[in-house]
Amino acid sequence: MKNSNKGLNHDEPILFEIGGMDKTGVDLNEPTFEENLIGDCFEDREIGLPGLSEPESIRHYVRLSRKNYSIDAGLYPLGSCTMKHNPRLNEKLARLKGFSEVHPLQPLSTCQGALELIDEISIWLKELTGMKAVTMTPKAGAQGELCGMLAIKKAIEARNECHRTKVLVPDSAHGTNPATAAFLGFDVVTIKSDKNGRLNFDDFKENVDKNFAAAMITNPNTCGLFEDEIIEIANYIHDAGGYLYCDGANFNALVGKVRPGDLGIDAMHINLHKTFSTPHGGGGPGSGPVVFSDILKEFCPAPLLKKDEDNYYLVENHNDKDIDKSFGRLCVFHGQMGMFVRALSYMMSHGSDGLRQVSEDAVLNANYIKSSLEDILTPAYEGYCMHEVLFNDDFLSGTGVETIDFAKALIDKGYHPMTIYFPLVVHGALLVEPTETESKNSIDQFIETIRELASKTQDGEEFFKKAPIYTPIRRLDETKAARNPVLRWQKNDVIAAE
Amino acid sequence: MRYLPLTKNDREEMLSTIGANNINELFSNIAEKVSINPKFNLPNHKTEMEVEKHLSLLSDKNLHADNSSFFIGGGSYKHHIPASVDHIIQRSEFLTSYTPYQPEISQGTLQYLYEFQTQVSLLTGMDISNASMYDGSTAAAEAVSMAKRITKRNGVILSNTIHPHYADVIKTVSGIKDTDFIYNRKFSIEIDHLFNEVDDNTACVVVQNPDFFGSCYDLSSLSKFVQSKGALLIVVVTEVLSLGMMKSPGTMGADIVACEGQSLGNPMNFGGPYVGLLSTKNKYLRQIPGRIVGESEDVDGKKGFVLTLSAREQHIRREKATSNICTNSGLCSLAFTIHLTLLGEKGFKRLSRLNHESALNLKEKILKIPEVKLLNKSFFNEFTIELPIKGKVFVDRMAEKGVLAGIPVSRLINNNKELDNFIVVASTETNTEDDMNSYIESANEVLR
Repeated sequence: MKNSNKGLNHDEPILFEIGGMDKTGVDLNEPTFEENLIGDCFEDREIGLPGLSEPESIRHYVRLSRKNYSIDAGLYPLGSCTMKHNPRLNEKLARLKGFSEVHPLQPLSTCQGALELIDEISIWLKELTGMKAVTMTPKAGAQGELCGMLAIKKAIEARNECHRTKVLVPDSAHGTNPATAAFLGFDVVTIKSDKNGRLNFDDFKENVDKNFAAAMITNPNTCGLFEDEIIEIANYIHDAGGYLYCDGANFNALVGKVRPGDLGIDAMHINLHKTFSTPHGGGGPGSGPVVFSDILKEFCPAPLLKKDEDNYYLVENHNDKDIDKSFGRLCVFHGQMGMFVRALSYMMSHGSDGLRQVSEDAVLNANYIKSSLEDILTPAYEGYCMHEVLFNDDFLSGTGVETIDFAKALIDKGYHPMTIYFPLVVHGALLVEPTETESKNSIDQFIETIRELASKTQDGEEFFKKAPIYTPIRRLDETKAARNPVLRWQKNDVIAAE
Repeated sequence: MRYLPLTKNDREEMLSTIGANNINELFSNIAEKVSINPKFNLPNHKTEMEVEKHLSLLSDKNLHADNSSFFIGGGSYKHHIPASVDHIIQRSEFLTSYTPYQPEISQGTLQYLYEFQTQVSLLTGMDISNASMYDGSTAAAEAVSMAKRITKRNGVILSNTIHPHYADVIKTVSGIKDTDFIYNRKFSIEIDHLFNEVDDNTACVVVQNPDFFGSCYDLSSLSKFVQSKGALLIVVVTEVLSLGMMKSPGTMGADIVACEGQSLGNPMNFGGPYVGLLSTKNKYLRQIPGRIVGESEDVDGKKGFVLTLSAREQHIRREKATSNICTNSGLCSLAFTIHLTLLGEKGFKRLSRLNHESALNLKEKILKIPEVKLLNKSFFNEFTIELPIKGKVFVDRMAEKGVLAGIPVSRLINNNKELDNFIVVASTETNTEDDMNSYIESANEVLR
């Protein structure tokens, strides 16, 4: 194999080119049974799984890991993603055997500590949000949305108002909002944002009619702005017989400072991997508990955690009378326990006082970036922002440089880019979320880098168009990948898709 | 506060750059509407030592697989995880990175996902796989939605022997009306009844293999029959290690396979996080939900990987997306793929056989207990027994003796008295002779 390594940057072939059918990194005893009881479907087949010894495996994955950017290595200003520091205490505690080696269907008498932990995190979430009930089982934020909307659907059915099928979603919402509502058979109507980056209340009112079921509103919204009219909107929704679902993805801006329950919402999911620091892990696992108002709580999914005088217990089957109005079940067991341990560890570490400091610092950092860049970039909206600041691409106009080019140039400067082209309501959007776990030095250096790049756009586009150049691989052809999908390795490199 | 780097001075300087007098000014538009800084009935911050103490005490209250004789399965299994798996998944670059939306600085994640997709396709015997789902049950629900889109039919037939909570999840989150399901939740270890249920409105038939009670099936004739009616066969697998001793679902004709991957690399974690595997045929490629990694090349012609086919997904398609799914189970799929790489073909098949052997041994011993009957004709690493007393009573009493003896069927199917005396018992490579002897001794005492 030709050596194309560059210093610390090693090329790493795929597993199927380096592994062997006769290699293994696990020593196992030889089974000795003679006859199996698998029955008709028994087969001693050739699967084709290459193996590696332990040293080879470690090297393979370590070399791969070095091709990734990470929050541990640098500021990760992805707006709407909340890439904050992941405390290692959380990792340690999630690995305690009393949590990690416990089976979800053990007799309840043998897992009281695990159930108590779920109760504790439930109490924290209810208190911090000011809501009446919480369900811990949703596996991720998008499943939390599904959970909230299923409860709303069930509530509408319980009122015998199945004609209510219309769900209003602002154009700045995450794609999961309309996707969730549509998936459940609701008719999605998109509501425009106004010139201040907030939901257009007049447009909203015009779309509320007898078929109105619910609105899904993100607050703070994806422009990084608080929906100032949220209470008026909530009242309007309730007067019209509908429900307010709040996308809580941006709860990091409010935690400890403002209770969503005071804003008139009926259901909201919380991304534990954002606000409560459970690691993003390269794309999951997430965890998306949902808090409910009094009017929706009876529709919560199974299982339900309850306590009698001495013991915790679970109501697991939705024909149990305690949860006979439940909309059903979201996952086979009790949700992302490993994430609950991490999140509770984080909440206790910060405490009530520290969590308020979290949202204050997150908002402070974002506004500091905004103020430090507003003369050279173009903020999309005036006034203070919340935990993230949104710029449009006006500052690039006439330079030939596009948002994507600017983002890729930032990579060469050692940063993961901000979120780009989202939200859709702003042209060439750049959404920056520094989070509270960045130091002032770190943020100052980021600001300095952005200023330098922004000035450089005046010197022509070439530098930006060819970026990045210092990465293990340069810009990839995404069109080719989609047009001619090769989704797995095949012997002799046969094209995989028809 | 140890996780917050800003000092008091920093904050003051920054506020002055912003031109705000104090931090509350940044929240003033909210304060006009509701009170900010509410008083919470929650404790203030704690030291690392205090937090660790508190959670350790909770952890210590639980009996777990390493301080008991452990025989529970039912969709979550105790297996040994090589030490290097947990080491690698805690590397910063894997643990603390985001979804690989910027491929130039995410090739590590993208390449292991491409390898994962290939491994999963090989295991299930299918053409293609996605980059993972939340868990096996939600993968099964997504498979059912997929079948509805592909066949443009609504009817869903769930086998009676599917894990009851999987059935509940499918019914709740597949977006299909209750009345379009056929699911009797009768007890049966046969799947023949499925042949009679298929009609012109059937989108898919869902079977689990090995099923909830542990029995294994050759699904070849079922798949042919289902497909001859224009419907799809969805095969659910909750114990991925079974694929080391069985014909693959692909070989048996499955159209979509939804599998729980927890057994490789992932601890039981009281139910999550896990990793769902979803595989299908090439022709259904554009109906598969979730993230998918594909191969491409960069501007210099160098091979690399990207997230692809995003035209299916919510962030592009919004209300027209194939699913609202926005994440995979990244780190759990990494643990899965590392464990499988360490095992390799030889190790995987041997591990599979060790599991079967362990269950065979336990079966021999258990059947010597008077009045205990085996229900299965076939099984992999778990089976169902009928006891002379109620399963729940038996399991609770066994737990008092430090034996986690199985799952009472009545815990999951609570409306059928006939099932009260049944329990599902699993035995894996981790169970020693001593564990099995404790099981038998304790069971003899409990049943005496």
